[in-house]
Amino acid sequence: MKPFTPLTRKQDSQPVRYLVVDDSVFARKSLAKMIDTFGGELAGEAGDGCTAITEYARTNPDIVLMDITMPQMEGIEAVERIVRQHPEARIVMVSSVGYQDNILAALQKGARHFVQKPVKPDVLYEIIRYVLNDDGVPAPAAVGEARP
Amino acid sequence: MKMQLIQPFISAADSILAHALDGPTKIGDLSMEEEGYRPKGFSARIAICGEIEGRVILDMDSATAARVASALAGYEVNESEQVVRETLCELANMMIGNAVTLLNDHGYEFKVHPPEVHTGEEAVRGTSNTEAMAIYFDTPCGRVFVNISMRYNLSRQPEHDAALK
Repeated sequence: MKPFTPLTRKQDSQPVRYLVVDDSVFARKSLAKMIDTFGGELAGEAGDGCTAITEYARTNPDIVLMDITMPQMEGIEAVERIVRQHPEARIVMVSSVGYQDNILAALQKGARHFVQKPVKPDVLYEIIRYVLNDDGVPAPAAVGEARP
Repeated sequence: MKMQLIQPFISAADSILAHALDGPTKIGDLSMEEEGYRPKGFSARIAICGEIEGRVILDMDSATAARVASALAGYEVNESEQVVRETLCELANMMIGNAVTLLNDHGYEFKVHPPEVHTGEEAVRGTSNTEAMAIYFDTPCGRVFVNISMRYNLSRQPEHDAALK
């Protein structure tokens, strides 16, 4: 996987912290690898929507990468509950099921963006930059280095 | 069996395998089977119910499954390891997810059940009154088989037609 210009938080220049929510261990590992190439930090993981809610409160991540179809509580309901408690939450839906109703429902509940699996690292990187907006900046040491 | 139900699965399988395994795929011969399907070793089975109903099997032999898992995990994986099952599950999820996205955008409503991974070669019975379409893909990791048995749920057809009006 090619390296990306590391993204850091503008407020303290620390790595962007991620919560990864997916019932597939394999998918979580795959996303964790991408996060590593983005210069990010894995703040926590969850395998279902219920755990995602408690993990969000515990870790207070900068970005949540959230699957949709999961046991116990699906991703869209988890988004609604997290955003109700934490309106500032930045949640990106990551799902293989990308039909319009699903995307619309997730955005209406407060998700900031949607990316369909299989995830292309450069697509996810650009989406994260977009979602972070001014709160995420390239690491000072990396400024001027080649972009993907 | 209508090709418009099958084509999204073939396109999704081709696209997902090529992307995930980072190499070219070649679509092999397509055949129709009326008898049960005998898996090659590792198979992920996904059931679909609603306005469309049936099942899809993603299948490969154990050596190919280990190579696929190794390619996706980025390290050597033994065929007995859990990661092989998880890889197969995730591949099946991505394939089905991409296919049902196309079908759903065409107005069909249905539920996709989570994949079940099976090992061994015990035959899978066909859906009653529905033949299955078998196809294989030659990938950089070996041959991957996809077996699809799908039909319109005729009892739900009036609902579908009404929704499209």
